Order: sequence, then structure tokens, then C-alpha cells
Amino acid sequence: MHLASGEEKLDSMRFGVVVFPGTWSDCDFHYVISEVIRQPVKYVWHRDRDLADLDCVVLPGGFSYGDYLRAGAVAGRSPVVEALPEFLGRGGLVLGSCNGFQILCEAGLLPGALMRNECLQYRCQSTSLLVENAETPFTRALRPGQVLTMPISHGEGKYHADPETLRTLRQNNQVVFRYATPEGQVTRAANPNGSVENIAGIVNAEGTVLGLMPHPERAAESAMGGTDGLQIFHSLLGSLVEDGTFLKR
Amino acid sequence: MALAEPKVTLDLARGLGLTAEEYDRIIQQLRREPTYTELGLFSALWSEHCAYKHSKVFLRRLPQTGRQVLQGPGENAGAVDIGDGWAVVFKVESHNHPSFIEPFQGAATGVGGILRDIFTMGARPIALLDSLRFGTPGDPKTRRLIEGVVSGISWYGNCFGCPTVGGEIAFAPEYAGNPLVNVMCVGLVRADRIFRARAEGVGNPVFYVGNKTGRDGIHGATMASATFDEHAEERRPTVQVGDPFTEKLLLEACLEAMGTGAVVGIQDMGAAGLACCTSEMPSRSGTGMTVELAAVPQRETGMTPYELLLSESQERMLLVGARGREEELRRVFARWELDAVQIGEVTAGGDLVIRHRGDEVARVPVAALAEAPVYEKPYAPPAWLAERRALDPLALPEPTDYGAALVELMGSATLASKEWAFRQYDQQVGINTLVLPGSDASVLRVKGTRRAIAVSIDGNGRQVLLDPRAGAALAVCEAARNVSCAGGRPLGVTDCLNFGSPERPEILWQFAEAVEGIGEACRALELPVVGGNVSLYNETVGQAILPTPIVGVVGLLDDATLFSTQWFKGEGQRVALLGPDAVSLGGSELLWLRHGQVGGRLAPLDLEVERRVQAAVRAAIGAGLVTATHDCAEGGVAAALAEACVTGKTPVGCDVTLPAGGRRDEVLFGEGPSRVVVSVETDRAREFEALMAESAIPWRWIGTTGGDRLRLRVSGETVVDVGLDQIEHAWRNGFERHMA
Repeated sequence: MHLASGEEKLDSMRFGVVVFPGTWSDCDFHYVISEVIRQPVKYVWHRDRDLADLDCVVLPGGFSYGDYLRAGAVAGRSPVVEALPEFLGRGGLVLGSCNGFQILCEAGLLPGALMRNECLQYRCQSTSLLVENAETPFTRALRPGQVLTMPISHGEGKYHADPETLRTLRQNNQVVFRYATPEGQVTRAANPNGSVENIAGIVNAEGTVLGLMPHPERAAESAMGGTDGLQIFHSLLGSLVEDGTFLKR
Repeated sequence: MALAEPKVTLDLARGLGLTAEEYDRIIQQLRREPTYTELGLFSALWSEHCAYKHSKVFLRRLPQTGRQVLQGPGENAGAVDIGDGWAVVFKVESHNHPSFIEPFQGAATGVGGILRDIFTMGARPIALLDSLRFGTPGDPKTRRLIEGVVSGISWYGNCFGCPTVGGEIAFAPEYAGNPLVNVMCVGLVRADRIFRARAEGVGNPVFYVGNKTGRDGIHGATMASATFDEHAEERRPTVQVGDPFTEKLLLEACLEAMGTGAVVGIQDMGAAGLACCTSEMPSRSGTGMTVELAAVPQRETGMTPYELLLSESQERMLLVGARGREEELRRVFARWELDAVQIGEVTAGGDLVIRHRGDEVARVPVAALAEAPVYEKPYAPPAWLAERRALDPLALPEPTDYGAALVELMGSATLASKEWAFRQYDQQVGINTLVLPGSDASVLRVKGTRRAIAVSIDGNGRQVLLDPRAGAALAVCEAARNVSCAGGRPLGVTDCLNFGSPERPEILWQFAEAVEGIGEACRALELPVVGGNVSLYNETVGQAILPTPIVGVVGLLDDATLFSTQWFKGEGQRVALLGPDAVSLGGSELLWLRHGQVGGRLAPLDLEVERRVQAAVRAAIGAGLVTATHDCAEGGVAAALAEACVTGKTPVGCDVTLPAGGRRDEVLFGEGPSRVVVSVETDRAREFEALMAESAIPWRWIGTTGGDRLRLRVSGETVVDVGLDQIEHAWRNGFERHMA
């Protein structure tokens, strides 16, 4: 999606990539945002609470604080995460991938929890994701039923929630991605970590917070083997232009 | 002091691994008896692990220079120039002994150690590769070791955030009591921002940064310089415990501190910890150092000066700062929540003076510590070698079913897919990996430039056993050939020399010959050895490992889009075999697999042909003439073709006629140097032929890709005709079935 050069200002979405001690996908997100989708981006230190000049906050992958307690447990209580509710209240968007998803669950910004992979080993591999909800700001460039290819890289990515929560997620269409076969079949064999109902990514009830275990930033250039992850970034930019929400600030 | 120190005697010195002659030499140097703390310093710094005292005389013969070399051996790692203002820093190191005693932490801290070697040079680590050797697959003990080592590498590398992009795992019974864990790390740095382990500038402050010191790993360097007996596991306390999170913080803090310009020199506290850094750094700069041990951050109470100096607690660095800029440095480390404590300063005069709460506990000239005795011990070829070499593989029965033999070979633990291990490693963090593990070499782009680097690590202990000189040269050639097969121009070598006890003449002979072989190959290929590691005493209860030099090569691609991979890409393409016909079943995978033998003679290596074949492969890739390139290694040309068929995303068959030579098993599975299988689109065949003619190498068309079978003919007769599904199944499950 490109606008005429005169409209460039409207085209930009201001991203902040959060850096916790132990974060390692920060540089990768920064690179994709600045070099591939060419949007303004800055790093946000975990002790910062000031998110005033941002439209979208990214919580990247890594092992925040070493994840020696539970993955995301310490980061989920950090100053920057404590500032997120207010940021969301002002119309901001939050994208958490990998450790970011774990942190969002620990912080209570997304329901459920991420547990040790069922195989009890770390898994780095390509996965196929069935798009279930294409109406969020993160997925509106996609179609429901579409299958995306993105890698995972985690030891604790088994999504878990109680039956009540799962029911609510289904009712509100909050499940965004499920692990599937390349043809889009949601099967046990296609589930790399034992996540309940093959859940790979969810949004909050408002649709303003996305958490997913796969790495969209690793699938944003053809040189890296695919560009399906870019669709999430394009969706974000698309939502910006359609409703202009971020231009009012 | 809370505890009385042991009285220093010759017996005590011997207990710490020093000989009577070395003890006398210490007394000569100091002109008095050493204190207990001083004895500890000498025992660690004069250990084989730190001082290379048995190997130095040989290592001096390796070529270490070249236009591209920015840093040769002698620093934490070597560095080569890759253009556009960038340099690649790389090194391979072993952690064999700790990994046998405690596989998980041993392997994890091996990764941690080599990562620090790279980022102390100011480089950001961008890739890890591991070369692993274990005993018999299927043995429950081997399985436990593999699980421990792989999960240790996975845990440390993944948590730290450096991708594991390559490596190899091979098996032989000789490694059962002494597995090998060799880890190579590659980092990227601006060529004019390389940091060195020097203590320059009298009066400059000496900072201790990173993790606190505990009692872990005391005398690790000494342990790594002895053979194992049946009580090896009692040495568990000498294995360090890793903390990849702190290492990640240390990386970011060090790079940030270096960016301020307030860092003068920096060294990783690895083997022999503080003792090593406080003597090596001033010794390189002709200075001295005073240190107050009470200032060292400690996580245990009551540690003695001896323990503080020799602890190998992980994730620590010694940093020499610029005087007057101490606050800047402290601020950076505080931001990353790490200790940065001034523990001393650089002095003139060349003495290392250690104090503990003000009391002087050691005063030693740094030169005495850094200049360990160098030994030229006797060496001689082993008596059993002639008999092994005399074995004639062709006197053994030929396989009756060649298709079955190929399938068996593809499913052997050494050749089979190692996805079981690699899927536990993050292979992509940093988004640079253009070619993931599973091809001859892995390829990483260099962001901000058009360039990429190719990396490979190789070694074949069986070949070195039969002919140490040729076998080691072959290891260099294979690693370089792998890099060439990816399209990279080899720039430099790092080697890890894993051998048994050098005090046995036959082992030292293997070592001397192997170093000579590495030197010969490196000179012929114009490849400098810029760094490496020697791991001796790899023996348990008198059983030495196969002599195993592991060679890592880094190469450069000027255009990151022009890389090549090993698998066939489509039907109807022509297949060529480049290189000489000479092969041998001597020392081959087939001979081991079918007859349980390691013997015979290796195929001859012509280094000039090797050089030309590699240049031809690179030229063909650079001109976009080839669609796949694959080195012939273990299992010969038959295995190479089978791999080209099944290791890609979509299997592609081929129909090939091999040149008639000796017996059919030799033609198919014989192993020989300088051989590469390539595929070429039919409409580029003419151009390819012209390029090969120009390259002046032996080569021939051998067949065509297509179908779902691998068909191999020799002298007009079809000797292999197997479905790819069968080959792929054997290859995918051959290793994993031992781990299920």
C-alpha cells in the first residue's frame, strides 16, 4: 500500500519496540519496520512509561529477565508493561510475538497462559497458520481461511486456557491464528507445541492487542524464505489509513 | 585469612598438575618458594589448556598471515576483512572434558565461552556451529550424552539469542568415553573497531564486569589437561554453571561500553579465570597489574585468594578502562544491571601483584606466568598403523544389493538427517540466515551491504587415524569445499585439534602430522589459520579418541543473492561430476558400516586440483550456471547424489551413469577429495562446458534429474534403482530412531 508522496505524513505509523534485559528479536523487528515497511520506529527501554509518541508497541521475542521464573513473568510486571493499559485506552495497538505473547498473558492483557512445549524440547521450525479472524487491525489485509507460513522458535509456547475462557475466545472471535497443515487443516500433527485447540495467536476482546507465538518479523522478506509475516504489518498500516485513528493525536 | 593455607611442597605442586622440573623452574623464576596462591597461578597458566606447551612448537608452522587478516592467533579470536568496512571475527573451541562429566552444563558453558571470545573483540555474534562426536549410537549412555549436550547448546544459544546455523554430529566407539563438543562462533564488527585483550596505559583502571564469582570450575583448565580415569564423574564440581541471560546482558553492556571509547582493552575470563586475564593482558602490553581481590564481587562467602583467582565462574570479563572515564563505564554496566567494579590498575614494571584485604598474596612477573615451558617431546608413528593401512577393502565381500547398501548408508547415524538436534536450535534470530542448516555450508547476509558469508565446520577422525597428514589436509579441503559449494570464497580457517595424550609418542606424532597437513592444505588454498584451540588428553582409561582436527572455514560472497544449495531444484536438468575419479574405500563410511573396520589407504589428494575445482564451482555459481552444488563426502558419490535428491523441500530423482573404475562398491561409495556434484539447466549446458574447459579441471556429465527414483548405472548396468521415498525415510529416521 503506497500513498502519493504528498500524503507521506499520513502514511506513517509510529512504532516502539520494547527492549527488556534478555530480549533478542528487538533488532529484527526494528529492521523490518524501518527497512522493509519503512515506518518510523524507536526502541523503548523496559523502564520507560512514556509511550505518548507511539501508535503501536511491539513486545518482541527473547528471554526477558532470562525467563528463569516463568516465561514473561517478570517482564509482565515491568514499568513499560504497566503503562500499556493507558496506551491502549488512548487508541494504541500492542503486538506481542513469542516472548511478547508470554508477557501479555502474564500481564493479564491477554487471557490464558503459555506453558512448556508438549515435546519438552525447544522447537525452531516453519509452521502453517490458519487465519481465523481477519477483522482485527493486525489481520485486515488477510482473508479468513487463508494459510500463512511463519517460523516459531520457543520452548514454552503451549497455549493453555480454561474451558470458560476458551468459550469466550470462540464467542468473541478472539482466536486469530491456529496451527494447521499447509492446506489449512487444523490437525494434531500440525500442532508443534501441544497448544489447546491449536491456538497460535489471539487478540483481546477489543481487538487491540495481538499475541502470537510465531515470528512475523522472520517472514517479512523473500530472502528469508517468505513474506507472509509482512501481512500483519500491512494490515496495521491499512487500518491506519482507513479510519485515521492515529492521525488525531 | 580464615583458613590456613596448605604448605607448598613438590607433592602439592604435583597434585596440581605440575612436574618436578616445572616446580624447579618456578623457584628459579621467583628465586624463592612460591606461595600457595602463586603455585595456583602457575599450575593453571602452565596447564596444557592455557599454555599449549606440548603443541606450540608445531602450531608455529601454520600459515597465519594474508592480506585479509586483521587479527591472527594470540587474541581471543581471529578476524578477517570482508570489505565495506566490515570484519568477521571467528573461532572454534572445545568443551570436551566438561561435557563428558556434565553434558548439559558442559556444552552450555562451551557455547558461553566461545560467544564471549567473539564479543570481547567488539563483534556481535551472528552464528554458532557445533561439531559433536559421540560413541556408538543406540547405546543408552550415548543417548543421554547427546540429549544433554544438544539441550545444553540449545538452552544457552537460544536464550542468548545467537542462531545455531550449522555443524555436524558423527559417531565412533572411540568417542564413547570422551565425546567431543567443539563450538564455533562467528561475529560481525566494523573493521576499525576491533578490541584486543591488552592492558595498556600505566594508571588505567582495571574493572571486573559481569557475573559474581563463586567456587565453580576451580581448576577446570587443569582438569582439561589430564586424561580421565573411572572416577571422572567425581570431577563434576570442576564444571561451571552457565547463565545465558547474564551473558546476553554482558554482550549488550560490553558493546555499549566499547562504543563510548572508554574501553582500552578487554578479555574474557575463561579458563583459569581471573588468573589468566590478570597475567595475559599485561603480558601482551609489557605492563604489570595490581589487583585487590576483596573487591571482586562474590556470591559465596569465605573464598580464599586461591579460589578467587582460579574460579571459572562464567559470564565475566576483565576490562581495562581509560583513566578518568570510570563513571561512564559504571553507568553503562549499571543500566544493564551488572557489576562493574574497579579491582586494580595497570602498572609499570611487569609484575602481577595480588592483594587480599591489603595483604600481598602473590607477586609474580607476568612474563613468567605467560611464558610456560615449551616441550619438544619425542614422537613416532604408532606400531599398529602399518597393519591398519595394509587392509584391502576390496578383499572384503562386495554388497549383493547395492540399492539396499545405499539405503542403509543413508540411514546410518552419521549420514542421516540431524533435524532432531537442529530443530532444538534457533536458526534464524538476527534475520540473516539465507541458507539454514542442511546444506554444505550455511549462508548469512551482512545487512547494509550486498555481501554474505558462508560458514562450514568439518572433520573426519577415521581418515586422520589412517593418515594424519592427509586426513587433516582433507578436513581443511572439505570445509573449504563446502564453503565454495555455497558460493563463498574461503577467507580464513579456525581449527580445534582434538587428540589424546601428547605424552604418548604415537599421539604426538598424530598431532604433529595433522598440523603439518593442515598447514600444507592452507598454504595451497591460501587460507590463513587465524585462531583456534588445542584439546589434548582426550582419553578415558587409556583409550584415546580418534585423532580429530575440526576445521571451521568462513568464506565471502560478494553478492548475497548468488548462493547455492545442495539439493536438486527441478526435472530435466543435467548432472555433472567435477573433480578426479580417484576414490578409495579405505577409511570410508561403507567399510565401517558393513564390516566394522577402519583401515586401508585414503585416495590421493592433489591440492592444486582441489584449488581449481573449488574455483570452478565458485565461478559457476557466480555466473548463475548451476542450480545445485554438493560436495562428495562420507558415502561417496552415491550418497552425495542421494542427498541432492532428498534433502530439498521437494524430492527430485535422477538417472546417472558413473564412470567405470574399480569394483562397483568403490565406484559408488568410495571416498575421494575434490569431487562435487552439480546440476545445470539444459539451456546453460554449453556455457557451463566452456567454463569448465577454462577451469582446467577433470569433469564429466553423468546424467539427468527427474522422476521419483535414484538410478545409478556403472558400465551400462543398472546397479541402484531405488524409490526416493525409501531413501528419504531412511535418511530422516536414521538418527532420530536412536533418540525416540
